[in-house]
Amino acid sequence: MSWLNRPASDTQVTHGGRLWLYLVAAIVMILLVVPTLIVIPMSFSDSQYLEFPPSNWSLRWYHEYLESSKWMRATLTSIKVGILTMCIATPLGTMAAYALFVSGHRAARPVFLLLITPMIVPVILIAIGTFYAYGRVGLNNTIPGLVLAHTALATPLVMIVITSALRTYDLNQERVARSLGANPVYAFFVITLPQIKFSVMTAALLSFLTSFDEVIIAIFISGGVNATITKHMFSALRDFIDPTIAAISTILVLISTLLLLVTQYIGSREK
Amino acid sequence: MHQEPRDNQLNVEPLRAQEVREQWKLLSLASPALLVIVAIILIPVTWLFYLSFVGGDGQFSLEHYRKMIEYKSYSRTFITTFKVSILTTLICILIGYPLAYFLALLPQRLAGLFMLAVLLPFWTSLLVRTYAWLVLLQRKGILNDFAMQIGLWDSPVKLVHNMTGTLIGMAHIMLPFLVLPLYSAMKKIERDMMHAASNLGASPTYAFWKVYFPLSLSGLVAGSLIVFVLCLGFYVTPAVLGGGRVVMVSTQITAILENQFNWGAASALGVVLLLATLLILYLASRLFKLDAVLFGKD
Repeated sequence: MSWLNRPASDTQVTHGGRLWLYLVAAIVMILLVVPTLIVIPMSFSDSQYLEFPPSNWSLRWYHEYLESSKWMRATLTSIKVGILTMCIATPLGTMAAYALFVSGHRAARPVFLLLITPMIVPVILIAIGTFYAYGRVGLNNTIPGLVLAHTALATPLVMIVITSALRTYDLNQERVARSLGANPVYAFFVITLPQIKFSVMTAALLSFLTSFDEVIIAIFISGGVNATITKHMFSALRDFIDPTIAAISTILVLISTLLLLVTQYIGSREK
Repeated sequence: MHQEPRDNQLNVEPLRAQEVREQWKLLSLASPALLVIVAIILIPVTWLFYLSFVGGDGQFSLEHYRKMIEYKSYSRTFITTFKVSILTTLICILIGYPLAYFLALLPQRLAGLFMLAVLLPFWTSLLVRTYAWLVLLQRKGILNDFAMQIGLWDSPVKLVHNMTGTLIGMAHIMLPFLVLPLYSAMKKIERDMMHAASNLGASPTYAFWKVYFPLSLSGLVAGSLIVFVLCLGFYVTPAVLGGGRVVMVSTQITAILENQFNWGAASALGVVLLLATLLILYLASRLFKLDAVLFGKD
């Protein structure tokens, strides 16, 4: 094991002397990943009680999920709201980020701070606030109400992703286009947008996921036929452990893994 | 400097006016986002602020705030909230710092691979992760089975529906929020610094504490702050893993609304939660120049 005696850094620490660090890091990484993944084998058990490893394998809980109209309707609602949120929050956040970054106006900074308030205000407060306000205007238990609230949550995230993309982008290119006669809108779509498109895609995925995974606001303002999958999952978790949740969780883990890999791929393309 | 002839300045005024007009046109691009934030966040929160000062008789009153001071249950809630937030932050620092340090030492390619271990839970639904811990920690769960098999304890230990379960779940969910900013701060530390320190005779440990750690502090503070503030208002994990025994401000707010439908009392609690969050962010920004850390501005 000569590797252990080789220097690991500039301060003459050997890999052997750093073994404790590697060990701690490995344990923490296992603790981070394994609990999420352990749900997957359990979802294929045919027992009413969750066991690991399952004694009998079956797709019983997947059938349960796919054949339940309650779960199917909720899944559809969540997907619908997620896509709508993505379609609204991405352009809204991109426009705002671009405007505030490019204009050197004095008002840009206070407006930026105002726009990221949804990240500072505790979500529970946003949840009961919208619940109360929606009660007055009849938006509770409706899709538009949910989409609006999720858009408010996702827009600041989009703004932050796009702002950091614009920071690495040389705005002079757009100025050149303008001086050659392109109007501002044309210059943005032809020169700037293609160069930040990967960040825009990441922002779009992020806003979809923000809405799709959102729990607290959905608990309050979604309901009836428009209840989200997270709302049903939350009440199922609080009351009893229903193995159907394991099947749904597995599907959700696969979706988020897929989205994560897509963003990683996008990120590597950008470099 | 030579004086420009006056003729050349003739179009200064129109040009400046045009620039101002263009700036406003640009800024107006932010107005749809602004509209949504004002309508969905600012107006409802202001409304709650108003409700918190309306008593049961519909008149202005401070009764909801007075009750918070007088009733024992409220002070217990505040203490629990701070206890959970502080402990979660400490756990995250303790296990997150070595992980971020490890990732920062790795060559780029490997770091990207191991980073997936941090990003996967980050992208996975909060509910799924909370559910996973519920399954792992329950009385007949995997952890109890395993511990009894290797003889760690003889009868099942209560690991969930209490403070222990809440802390485990919260730390798991918050860890990426600490590791990500810390990692990016560590990546900015020049390796030459450590090289120089060891050249000048510092032992590895001494060089770490005197050079590396202070330089990573900005990331550590930013990460801890994000974790702490998120913990203060956290709802899902304490509600599920606490099993009603860990009453935090957010769970108390929902309980008040569900059981008493008392908007004034719930709003007052929410206002206190918001003020506490803002106060902490303000103090931290005064102490640590947070602008640079949180917004990447120099």
